[in-house]
Amino acid sequence: MPPEGGAAIGQPQSDDKAQLMKARVFITLKNGVLDPQGKAIHHALEGLGFSGVNDVRAGKMIELDLAEGTSDDEIEDMCRQLLANTVIENFRIERSENA
Amino acid sequence: MKSAVIVFPGSNCDRDLAVALELVTGRKPAMVWHRDSELPDGTEFIGIPGGFSYGDYLRSGAMAARSPIMGAVKDAAARGVPVIGICNGFQVLTEAGLLPGALMRNAALSFVCRPVPLRVENSQSLFTSQYEAGETITIPVAHHDGNYQAEEATLDQLEGEGRVAFRYLDQCNGSARNIAGILNDEGNVLGLMPHPERVVEPAHGGIDGRRLFEGLLETVVA
Repeated sequence: MPPEGGAAIGQPQSDDKAQLMKARVFITLKNGVLDPQGKAIHHALEGLGFSGVNDVRAGKMIELDLAEGTSDDEIEDMCRQLLANTVIENFRIERSENA
Repeated sequence: MKSAVIVFPGSNCDRDLAVALELVTGRKPAMVWHRDSELPDGTEFIGIPGGFSYGDYLRSGAMAARSPIMGAVKDAAARGVPVIGICNGFQVLTEAGLLPGALMRNAALSFVCRPVPLRVENSQSLFTSQYEAGETITIPVAHHDGNYQAEEATLDQLEGEGRVAFRYLDQCNGSARNIAGILNDEGNVLGLMPHPERVVEPAHGGIDGRRLFEGLLETVVA
């Protein structure tokens, strides 16, 4: 038990200034790049009887929990240097504060 | 020839490559851990082996391409040291920007694991001098992400500059123009999906991979 009124690790901070900074990075295959995985998902959906699907493209979403003050430029650098392979993939960054 | 084999967590063809190199060069290669930041002094050849580095997390080869040793590999490649990337090693080289294009999931989604006939497209490179241009050789493949893709302009450039080293005779994984292996613009970096180190002695069921290492030895030592 943490002492009454003391700060305990893992407990939400009561300081109003502390912000939870999160960003979500959505990575998708560029248009024109064949997506065999999306195709397979499409076939499986049809197999289940869902006939209203014209096309499926699969991608991934990466959630980043960021230190305060992390700039948009830095997140973009992360995408270019590692998170996405810009030869075949596009990325989109969505920031949310106090998420 | 002083060679080095880079070992990542998840590499699984590092020993096979070391055995093939020792067989052909008579000298055990240095096994260099991915966390090292330098190659042994006087390294004359670098091999990046097959496997599933970092469990193929994010994209095949993506994490390995950013590990500390790759800085030294890039410097050595820029100095002209021959570098070969086999299978996962090819994926690492494209992710590291040492070779153009990308290796995507096989078009049929299935893992392919079988000997495949290849045509030697360029017999003038550091790695292929012991083959005849147009010759058919048989080398095994074993991969899930071997579907080579690049922009049309890049593919045209590779073809025009003789940088397609090997091509699948039959469709294997969906690769653009059936490309199995490519060279960088200087000709000292080769990436290929098939495993030449798996066919270097008759007990393997074939020896078509052996001449790649013999050719390399001859050019490096000469």
